[in-house]
This record gives sequence, structure tokens and C-alpha cells, in this order.
Amino acid sequence: MAVRTYIEAIHDGLLEEMRSDPSVFIIGEDVGTYGGAFRATAGLLEEFGEERVVDTPISESGIVGLSIGAAMNGMRPVAEMQFIDFLSSAFNQVVNMAAKARYRWNAGVPMVIRGPCGGGVHGGPFHSQNIESHYLSTPGLKIVEPATAYDAKGLLKAAIRDPDPVLYFEHKYLYRRIKEDLPEEDYIVPIGQAMRRREGSDIAVITFGACVHYALEAAEQLAKEGISLDVLDLRTLLPLDKEAIRESVQRTNKVILYHEAQRTGGIGAELAAIVSEECFEWLDGPPVRVAAPDTPVPYSPPLEAAFLPGPAALVSAARRLHRY
Amino acid sequence: MDVVMPQMGESIAEGTIVKWLKKPGDTVEKDEPLFEISTDKVDAEIPSPSSGTLQEILVPEGNTVEVNTVVARIAAAGAAKSAAETKPAPSAAKPAAETKPSPAPPPSGPEPAKPSVPSPTAPKAPPPPAPKSPPPPSPTPGVRADREPAVTQATGVATLEERVRTKSSPLVRRMAAEHDADITQIHGTGIHGRVTKQDFEHHLETIEAATSAAPVAEPQPAARPTPPRAAPAAAPAAAPAAARTFAPAPGDRVEPMTVMRLKIAEHMIESRRTSAHVQTFWEVDVAHLERLRKEHGEQFLQRNGVKLTYTAFIAKATCDALKAVPVMNSSLSGTEIVYHGAIHLGIAVALDWGLIVPVIKHAGDMNISGLARSITDLAGRARSKRLSPDEVTGGTFTITNPGVYGGLFGCPIINQPQVGILGVGAVEKRPVVIEDAIAIRPMSYLSLSFDHRVIDGAMAERYMGELKKSLLAINESAL
Repeated sequence: MAVRTYIEAIHDGLLEEMRSDPSVFIIGEDVGTYGGAFRATAGLLEEFGEERVVDTPISESGIVGLSIGAAMNGMRPVAEMQFIDFLSSAFNQVVNMAAKARYRWNAGVPMVIRGPCGGGVHGGPFHSQNIESHYLSTPGLKIVEPATAYDAKGLLKAAIRDPDPVLYFEHKYLYRRIKEDLPEEDYIVPIGQAMRRREGSDIAVITFGACVHYALEAAEQLAKEGISLDVLDLRTLLPLDKEAIRESVQRTNKVILYHEAQRTGGIGAELAAIVSEECFEWLDGPPVRVAAPDTPVPYSPPLEAAFLPGPAALVSAARRLHRY
Repeated sequence: MDVVMPQMGESIAEGTIVKWLKKPGDTVEKDEPLFEISTDKVDAEIPSPSSGTLQEILVPEGNTVEVNTVVARIAAAGAAKSAAETKPAPSAAKPAAETKPSPAPPPSGPEPAKPSVPSPTAPKAPPPPAPKSPPPPSPTPGVRADREPAVTQATGVATLEERVRTKSSPLVRRMAAEHDADITQIHGTGIHGRVTKQDFEHHLETIEAATSAAPVAEPQPAARPTPPRAAPAAAPAAAPAAARTFAPAPGDRVEPMTVMRLKIAEHMIESRRTSAHVQTFWEVDVAHLERLRKEHGEQFLQRNGVKLTYTAFIAKATCDALKAVPVMNSSLSGTEIVYHGAIHLGIAVALDWGLIVPVIKHAGDMNISGLARSITDLAGRARSKRLSPDEVTGGTFTITNPGVYGGLFGCPIINQPQVGILGVGAVEKRPVVIEDAIAIRPMSYLSLSFDHRVIDGAMAERYMGELKKSLLAINESAL
């Protein structure tokens, strides 16, 4: 067992997969000599050399396009976006090329695109986004977002071994705030399985990423008021673990869909639709979304604090829903 | 033209027709009083929505119907005339045929004339729910509303079915179907009276308890599983306040409680169950107020058109004290204390048929003459049943006046969701000690009931101190 931070767990996952599988390589901006903007790839160039840790010019479309080609030819690229916001520059490569290859020619694209997402670190509008909803409606993609160091490593390893493209979002607020004892032995966290982080009886909170920690904080506070939150960490956003979602909702009869991205068209909307369609007769109140307002992420620290749906927003929504 | 049961305030779902002021066949003018209703909040005369002839009454007196239910039809002035004077107009053949015969006696039997009119709603059978957080206060102007609209709900409910749907949830409806239970019979503690999962589970427990209990000599209303649906609407039997029943002795007179009586009973019990009532009593020398009334009363009457009353002085001092001790002007909402942004002062008005508490909105912004005019106006209209529902809701503090009938002081029950109520005792001359001399002074006891959940004794005493100080400070310049 070793105590590792969330970002160290990502580093370890990369390292172990590169050691065990020579087809795994890393590509991105400043991933080699500099070791990655957040140090996720520190030391990898030294161990694996320039052929397996490739620094590129600033061209996200090029990085992803090259990765797709390499993957089709038997490699397992792990492309880093310096900030996941910039994946938009490679949107066509992701949704039209990578995601559709399996359906068009039965060609696997075993590629991982990973990068830091999320706010709370004063990154402003281009360096704080949560972009899962841009990709949710693209069949052929998988999307994961770990909330713990254990999952960060296990999901990354599962993503690298997956035969199809996986978007791997790392919440940068958690990078150095989360520390856990991790097992020495090899393990993966299977894609598509949610995890209950807290058992509760009154309201199910369905969430992922940094919001899992906010939800646990809110649950602690609400427990003192006699409101019992059940916290479900989705871990995989595409495909969703519907069974776990149904189980939570049918047990608590009330549900909050909680995420950090903007409200409109967010994953909360999809979750609310699933809950309404599949658990309608188990609902004792409306599915409620707690999410960010429909504006870009503000740069000003006080505005960012007001923008982010933290524990207080969840607490007040839960109180209202509990009374309902 | 359809006449409907009006929506008397956002939270009101139904109303009882107390009296029809017109008979079928009578002509009515637009805005002329057509019928009297009684709702949760207010009794009111409802004006006719248009001029014409009252064709038919669909809901007899004493029946309770949903808001927006058609209760009568009026033929437009022109149409009625043509129908009455000439041959039936082709387009209005059916209504004309019904109007033509001499006025039918007002339907008295329980026969709703129209299938869409729901049968009188049977009384809710609300077993007192296990003590839990009090219902949220009704939205009050000046109070910050909830930020997210996620849990708000639609208003303007039309039919019984729709109302039932809005007052439960898919889960509760499924549970009700499984247990063959009637949701309308269950007391809802959720927002806007919604029947929640907990309510339903409580209901099931109650039934279980009732069925497993040893035979009881007399039926316990609270434990009755399903009250008969056709129970007379005007006398809902099982309000939370409803007492155990017993057989009247020979010579006793039995009268059903009026809607207002039932509501008062319900609210009083609810308040006693909700708040931790504590009382404190202060005595005030009101000689200077007596003098003000004597010396300036006439002039005040001429200038303002209303009498200068002791209540207006008390109202003014109350507002001043509430400003000095804002927590007395608050409400408890769940685990949050809501400090109201404005003072809306309720004044209890005794009626021959009950009690009502009209509210002086923004009383904190008024001077004594403004308060005196508002009090006179509201009390007058309370007695003539002309209050609008808005005028009896949204109070943030209440004054009641047992002294009118000579009472020295009272221990009033708090008007939920407020946290305090002031009782004003009679003014009477008493010997009092002033600087080692005994003097005869007009004195009055002021009593405050406060909710110890929010207000501690020290705070209540501070409030009363401010009230007394403010009352003693009133002089000519305040008039």
C-alpha cells in the first residue's frame, strides 16, 4: 500500500500500463520534457523515450487524428489534452472519426483521450469547463470521470485496455486534494459500474467527479437535520449504470441529479429523463437538478464561487425536496 | 356564462357555498353579490361575473367544491330576454328551455346537476401526523423566495382528479392502488398539502393500529380507516381538532361546526402542537394615552374620519418594538429562521360567527393615523364579509384584544407561522405606587405569547421592554 494523490494515481496508471504493454504510448503538448502541465507524465520520457512519450505542437486535432491512425494500426495511444476544454478543437476527429469507426468498418480505435476538467481553481472560462454533455449523445464513445484516487488509476487502466475510444476526464480540483492508500497489485475499475459512496434513505444524489465530495459533505450536514442522503458516484457517464440509478431511486423515492456543468442540456437532464421514464411510479417528488447556471465559468474568484454548485446549493435543494 | 368557484388565494383548493343570494330566474347585475362562500382563509360574498338571469344553480348550499368548478350559469342579459320574450333562440335552445319554467326551487338534495361537478368532497381524515417540521410559511411579501424553481408547482387546479394528482406523487398513487386506499382521505403534510410517502405510511400504520386494536366502544375519528365518501361536506367530521364523539343527552341541541369553526379548531390545535408557547405579562400606565384620546380624539376623528383608538397606539408601539427586536417578526421554516422584510400586522377581529385576523400590510411604514384608518377599515369589512383573501394572509405578527370584553390579560395562541402574539388587556383604574405615593392610574396588562423554539425569555422581555418604552413615548406629535 502506498499513499497516492489523485494525480499520482493517474501517473501510476500510465506508468504501469506502459510497462506491461509496449503498444501503449503517450502523446500531447508538453507531456515529455516538461512532464505534463499538471505533472501527470513526469518521468515517463526518461523511462520510455521519445517514441513512446511524444511532445507535439499545439494542435489538438492533429494529436487526436494521429492517435486514431495509430490505434487503427494496433497501438494504444493515450492523448493528453492540456485542458479538456481544448478537446473542442478536435471535435470532428472524436465524434466522426474515432466514435464511428467501429460502426463503419468494424475498426477498433483503442484510444484514450484524457485531460483536466472542472472549476474551483480560478481557471476562468477556457480552463475550467466540464464538457461531458458535448459528447454524451455520440454512440461509440465511452466517458469516465473518477472521484477517487483508486478509481483514477483503475478507470485509467480499464480505459487503456478498452478496445474502443474512451474520454477520461480528471477533475483538477481533486488532483492534489485527494490522497488514498492504493493497492500495490494490478487492478482495474470496470467501465460502466457506478459506486455507492454513502447509503441513505431519503434522497438519492446521483453525481460524479468533484461533486461526489461536495455531496458527501452536504450529506454529513443534512444528517444532523434528520435528512438522509444516498450518494451514488456514477464513475462512468457513458454508458450509464442504469441498474444502480434505478436501485437508488426506487429505494429513496426522491432524487437529485447533481453535476458541476451547466444546467441546460447537462447530464442531469438525461438522468432526470431516465428516472422519469424508468422509475416514474417510485417517485415521491420531482427529479431535481442541481447544476451550474447557464453562463461560462467566471474568472473572478467570488463569481466562480457563486457559479459552482457546491455543498450549500445541494443542501438547500435537498431541504426543499425533502419537504415536498 | 358559467359562474365558477373563485380561486381565493394561491393555496386554496376548495370552497364551501354557504348561501345563494339569488334564486334561479332572478336577474343579476354584474358585480352584484351572487353567493357567499367560506374557504380555509376567508368568508366572502362573490359578485356576479356578468349581468343576466341566473339560469341554474349547480352546487347547492352547504356543498364544498374545487376551485374553478362551475357552480351556476347565468344567461346573458340579451339572450335571456330574447329567450323569455320570444321563441327560444335556436342557438340557445337548451338553456332557454331550462329558464322558461317558473323558477325551480333551489336544488336542495344532493344531486349535482352536472356530471363534471365532483361530488362533495368528503372530509379529509387527517390523523395528527407524527410531530415533524412545521408546514412552511406561506410566501410573504418581502421574504426571499426559494432560489430554484424546481419544486414549485402549478396553480389553477381545475378538477378533483387533477387536484388529487397534484397533491400526491406517482409513488403514493401506486402505493394507494396497491392498498386500495383513497388518497383524498389522507392528510397531506407536504408542500401545499401534498400527500407524501411518509403520510401514506403513517396512514397505513393508523389503519393497522385501528384494525388490530381491541373493540372500542366509540368510533375514533382519527383511526377510522376510510370515512364514508358521502359525508356532508359542510360538516367535515374529522378535522384534527375534532373531538371524540358521544351521544347527546335528551334536551341537548346538536349543531354541526361551521367551516370557519372547524378551521379555527384546526389552526389552534396545529399551533399548539407546533410552537413551544411561553407567556410573559407586563403592566403599562396608559394615563397619557387616555389623555391624548380625550384631548385630541375629536380633532383626530374630523381629520381622519376614524376614531382614535387604544388599538392604534398599541399597533404603533408594536411596530416600533418589532423593528427594535426583528426576531419577533420572523417565522420558522424547517430549520431556518426567516426574518421578514416587512411588518404585516394581524389584528384579531371577533365576529358574531367566529373570529378572523385581517392583516395590515406594511404596518411598519404607517403612522398612528394610517394604522387607525387601516384597523377601522379592515375590522369593518371583516364584519361585512368583504375582506379579500390577500387581506387575511401573510401576517408576520398578531395583536389580539381580550380587554375589549373586560379581560385583564390573555394567553393567546400563536397565529402560525408567526412566533409571537400580543394580548391587550382591559384598561382599568388601579391604585399604583408612584415614588412612594399611591396614585389611581388607568393601567393595562400586556401579555405576549412567544415561540420558545425561536425566542428565548430574555429576548421576549427585551421586546416587551421596547414595546412599553415605545407606548410610553407616544405624545401629541405622533398624532
